[in-house]
Amino acid sequence: MSSISSAPSSMDQPWVLPSRGRVGMLSLIAAELAIFTIFVVAYLFYIGKSLTGPLPKDVLELPIFASICLLSSSLTIHAAVSALRNGRVGTYAMWWFGTMVLGLIFLGETAREWYHLIFDKGLTISTNLFGTTYYSLVGLHAFHVTVGLICISIAMVLTLLGKVKQEHSERAEVFSLYWHFVDVVWIVVFTVVYIIGR
Amino acid sequence: MASETIALTAAHDVPQPIGTILHDWVNTVDHKKLGILYILYALVFLAIGGIEATIMRIQLIVPHNHFVSPQVFNRMFTMHGTTMIFFVTMPILFGFGNYLIPLMIGARDMAFPRLNAWSFWLTAFGGLLLYFSFIGGNGLYGAGTAPDVGWFAYAPLTATAFSVGHSTDFWTLGLLVSGFGSIGTAINILATIVCLRCPGMTLGKMPLFAWLNLVMAAMVLLAISPLTAAQMMLSLDRFLGAHFFDTLAGGSAVMWMHFFWIFGHPEVYVLVIPAFAFASEIIPVFSRKPIFGYPVMVAATICIGFVGFSVWAHHMFTVGMNSYANSFFTITTMAIGVPTGIKIFNWIGTMWGGKIIFKTPMLFCVAFLFQFLIAGLTGIMLSAAPFDWQLGNSYFVVAHFHYVIVGGILFTLFGAFYYWFPKMSGRMYNETLGKWHFFLFFIGFHLTFDFMHVPGLLGMPRRIYTYEPGRGWEIWNLICTIGVFFQIAGTFIFIGNLLWSYFKGKIAGNDPWDAWTLEWSTSSPPVEYNFAEIPVVKSRRPLWDIKHPEDPDWKYE
Repeated sequence: MSSISSAPSSMDQPWVLPSRGRVGMLSLIAAELAIFTIFVVAYLFYIGKSLTGPLPKDVLELPIFASICLLSSSLTIHAAVSALRNGRVGTYAMWWFGTMVLGLIFLGETAREWYHLIFDKGLTISTNLFGTTYYSLVGLHAFHVTVGLICISIAMVLTLLGKVKQEHSERAEVFSLYWHFVDVVWIVVFTVVYIIGR
Repeated sequence: MASETIALTAAHDVPQPIGTILHDWVNTVDHKKLGILYILYALVFLAIGGIEATIMRIQLIVPHNHFVSPQVFNRMFTMHGTTMIFFVTMPILFGFGNYLIPLMIGARDMAFPRLNAWSFWLTAFGGLLLYFSFIGGNGLYGAGTAPDVGWFAYAPLTATAFSVGHSTDFWTLGLLVSGFGSIGTAINILATIVCLRCPGMTLGKMPLFAWLNLVMAAMVLLAISPLTAAQMMLSLDRFLGAHFFDTLAGGSAVMWMHFFWIFGHPEVYVLVIPAFAFASEIIPVFSRKPIFGYPVMVAATICIGFVGFSVWAHHMFTVGMNSYANSFFTITTMAIGVPTGIKIFNWIGTMWGGKIIFKTPMLFCVAFLFQFLIAGLTGIMLSAAPFDWQLGNSYFVVAHFHYVIVGGILFTLFGAFYYWFPKMSGRMYNETLGKWHFFLFFIGFHLTFDFMHVPGLLGMPRRIYTYEPGRGWEIWNLICTIGVFFQIAGTFIFIGNLLWSYFKGKIAGNDPWDAWTLEWSTSSPPVEYNFAEIPVVKSRRPLWDIKHPEDPDWKYE
């Protein structure tokens, strides 16, 4: 091999580069951020442009409980990851399960809200511009929560089978970046849909 | 080294059953094989897109021609544009990036090999989906087959009322799927360059090729995603009756234009920055000088990356915006000419005083310099909103952006093909045929696209399937179409040269160009693991350091 190592070595300090998992996930988050930005811009642009009802101020209620659940799941997943990093698998499993439950509660609350809007208030995606932008933005976020929950459940099953060990803490951490991102997006969605939009 | 070459030839000599070979290619996660798959896939679509362009030029050769119907003409320009941007240029640039980036930064593969394969097959599936519209686009309505809404598919043309059947759905889903593939590849390129550089290769010592692809990948993340979002909205409109772009329900057609061009203009830089990357590798080697102004090149690229996101609405001057928006987008569009100009000066500075060798890759790159300059100048002309009001959507615009994409990007791509063909195949191409290709294509390009500016100035709008005689457009259209046949001849020589050289070409050896970047330090074609031993670099030209131990670069950087 015509190796380059014949050149005098200047490698006094070890050669460390960022972890590919973290960089890959951050890149994915950047792309997702751009997608959400377009949907948020569309939502803001179409506020008050609906030609028919129902309007947001008539039908929307603040989803306080769901928001508290989702936002606190960021804390539980953080606790889970740091427990796994320290090798406390039992504590990790408990917090991880908590995260899963909180995510499921959020999704259930969204389902309840949608059921209420569709069957009690008669608002669907094709009713008016509010319905179009509301269901697509909240739905896009809920889709991301669902994907996250699928990943969490797979990891939960692996945990119960005893396959998750301390050396997997980086993977859990990379996934937690995604989960934090989904939570932060919810803050934006909440502000846009339930505060500005109402 | 010797043992690997022997192993390699041995592997070549043993004939394998076709099933095994096919199985290897379909299942591969090797960045080199995937790179070649990307390139071959794009070449097939290049031929298809070229046929569509030829059909349009034949239709326009004389006034009142009846070669194809207006409906077919609409499908041809839609499919030509969509194919060339999404299924030729993007995959071919990803292919070269895939193949070369790990080799150049001294890595054994991309950061996520399986994601890499997944991205390629998504892109491939997207292309198939788009072309399946020729068969499946009819739907149950007996409506048109392939998409005919133009490559930017303005609302309300795409509404279900005006685009019955499934042609637009195939367009939307094809781009959505290949868009996911592009985002996957961009993530991969970013992670590879950030995380897998070999010891000693700090960001300041990376080859410019890697730097420019890093910026390109970052731009893909932020540019393709808005298109993905817009395509989701369009699908919701078409499938679920949402009202994003439905003006009857208060929606906005202009919103689509903004969303499309927020993708569409950065996309131009996504395509041209890898072309700059090719030029930045080829020009120094054939001028026998290191690149002039390396840090400035990097800074200019990053600058283009930022400013590129604030120019999109210059595609919409004719739509009617307020004077503030017009002024803003005029100024930003003119401003982006500055970093681009810096790059052109740097390439000329590299050639200045160098010992220039006019092999085929260099010829293509020199032609690129002049052609890209002219493309930039007509771009500056069109950036002035009043000028654009006169010439927007005319053949002048068509000539301008083909000057960028053919004269700029395709020319450097051909250069890249010739430059890295010895590395990828292990054999040299035929220089005489290469020169024939260059001159035929060069003449054809200038016949077609130089003279295409004129009917635009005379008022010929784009996307018309025929025109009245007596407007002074006939002779220019005739010349444009004649040029196409020179380009076709050149392309046939190109394909023939690749095929002939692959089987019969002279053995190239590791480093036929006496070049300086790491890909030339390994065998041609490289073994699966690229490097037996991960290299350690100390300068921007690691191979120069090996070849000239008495005067290495790292003493001066």
